[in-house]
Amino acid sequence: MIRCESIRKSFGDQEVLKGIDFLFEKGKTNLIIGRSGAGKTVLLKILVGLITPTSGNVWYDDNDFHNLSKHDLQQLRMKIGMLFQGNALFDSLTIEQNISFPMDMFSHMTAKEKRMRVDDCLERVSLTGVNKKFPSEISGGMQKRVGIARAIVLNPQYLFCDEPNSGLDPQTSITIDELISSITKDNQITTIINTHDMNSVMEIGENICLIDKGLVAWQGSKDEVLKSDNEKLHDFIFASPFLQKLVDASKP
Amino acid sequence: MIKRLLFHFGNFWLWKRRILSKPENMKMYYNETIRQMYDIGIGSLPIVFLISVFIGAVTAIQFRYQMAGTLIPNYYIGYIVRDMTIIELAPTITCIVLAGKVGSNMAAELGGMRQKEHIDAMEIMGVNTSAFLIMPKLIAALVIIPILVVVAAAFSIGGGYLATVPTGLFLSSDYIKGIRAFFVPWNFFMMFIKSVTFAYILTSVSCYQGYFVKGGSIELGAASTRAVVYSDILILVADYLIAVVLTA
Repeated sequence: MIRCESIRKSFGDQEVLKGIDFLFEKGKTNLIIGRSGAGKTVLLKILVGLITPTSGNVWYDDNDFHNLSKHDLQQLRMKIGMLFQGNALFDSLTIEQNISFPMDMFSHMTAKEKRMRVDDCLERVSLTGVNKKFPSEISGGMQKRVGIARAIVLNPQYLFCDEPNSGLDPQTSITIDELISSITKDNQITTIINTHDMNSVMEIGENICLIDKGLVAWQGSKDEVLKSDNEKLHDFIFASPFLQKLVDASKP
Repeated sequence: MIKRLLFHFGNFWLWKRRILSKPENMKMYYNETIRQMYDIGIGSLPIVFLISVFIGAVTAIQFRYQMAGTLIPNYYIGYIVRDMTIIELAPTITCIVLAGKVGSNMAAELGGMRQKEHIDAMEIMGVNTSAFLIMPKLIAALVIIPILVVVAAAFSIGGGYLATVPTGLFLSSDYIKGIRAFFVPWNFFMMFIKSVTFAYILTSVSCYQGYFVKGGSIELGAASTRAVVYSDILILVADYLIAVVLTA
C-alpha cells in the first residue's frame, strides 16, 4: 500500500496541492480522478518521486519515500513500474529491447532468460510476434500494451498508470483497463491510475480519490459513485450531457 | 540575471556530482560509450576532413601571398602552416565545428528524451539518468575529440601541401623542409591540452542545455542553439586563457 500524508505542493505563489491524505490499497485498482488542472498529475509525480512535495510524506508500506537513502531509494524504485501517458517507449530501440531495458540495467539474467521473460510479458499483454518491431511501427493501443509489458517486466509491487486510455478508442480502452485490473489482481500489487475516463471509473474503480482544487473532495468505490450525493463528484461524473440524459432516461 | 547565472552555476556542479556516481551496470555504460565514440568519431570525420583540408590550403596560399617579395625563405610557409595548425587552428576550429555538429546533436537528443518522458521513465526505473546519459558522452568526447584534432592537423598540413605543391607555388622539398623545421614538442602538448579542455566544454554545456530543457519544440530549438553559442564562447575564452598560461 501507499499512503499520502498531508501532501502539499506549491509552484511559486500557486498552491496546487493543499494537503492530500489518502491510502492507496494493495491488490486494488486505485484511481485518482478530477478535472484538468486539479492536481492529479502533480500528485502522481510526487508519488513516483519525480517531484518533491513542499511538505508532507509518501509512505510505501513502511518506507518514507522522500527520506530514503540513495541505495534504499534505488532498491525501492526497482519495485515500481509506470505506464506513461505518451508511453515513453525508446524510439530507437525495438519492442524487445524496450521491454528488456530494465532487465539489462538491473538484473544478472542471461540473454536467453531475458528473451523468455520478454516473451512472457508480451504474452501477458496479448501481444506476440512484435519483438523486432520499432514503437513507430505499431498502433497506439499496442504501444500502451508494450508500455505495460515494460512496466511489469521486473515484477513490480507498485504500478502507476498516467492516463492509460488517452488517445485510445473505447474498445481498446476497455481492453487496457481489463489488463491493468487483471495484472493488479493476479500479482496482488498496488496500482494507481490517474484518469478522467468515466468508463475506467465505473469498470475498475475499486478505490477512487476525487481531487478538486488541490484537496480530496470524495473517496469511495465504483459502487458508491452513483449513490453518492457529493456535489463535486456529481458535477464531475455527469459533466457529459450524454451521460446525464442516459441517467435521466433510466429513471422511472 | 546574476541570480539566474548563479542558479545555473550551482545546478551545473550539483549535476556534475550526480554524473560521477557509480554506474548501475558497467556493461550498459561501456556499450553506450562505444556507441558514442563511433557517433562522434566516425560521424564527424567527413566534416573534419573537409574543413581541415581547406583551412590548411587557405593558410598556405594566404601566407604565400603575404610573404611574396620578402626575403623570408619559401620553406617558412610549411613551418607556419604546421605551427598554426597544431597550436591554434586544428583544436579551436575543429572544436567549434564539433560544437555545432556534436554539441547541438547531444542537446537535441537529450532534450527530445526529456520531452518524450524517456528520462522520467528511466528515473522511475531507478536509473541515474545524469550518469547513464551523460558520462558515456563525456568519456567518448574526451577520448575521441583529441584524436579528431590530431587527424584534423594532419589533414590541414596535407591541405596546405595540395594547394601549393601540385599548383606549382612551391617545391615539394621546400614545403616538407618547412614542416620539419623548428619543431617544438611543447606545441603538440598544447594542442592536446586545448582539445581535451574544449571537448569537456562542448560536451558539458551541450548536455546541460539538453538535459534541463523545459517546454516544447521551440524551447528545444532554443536549447540546441544555446548549446552551440555558449560552447563556442567558452571555447574561445578557454583558448585565450590556455594560450596565456601555456605560453607565459
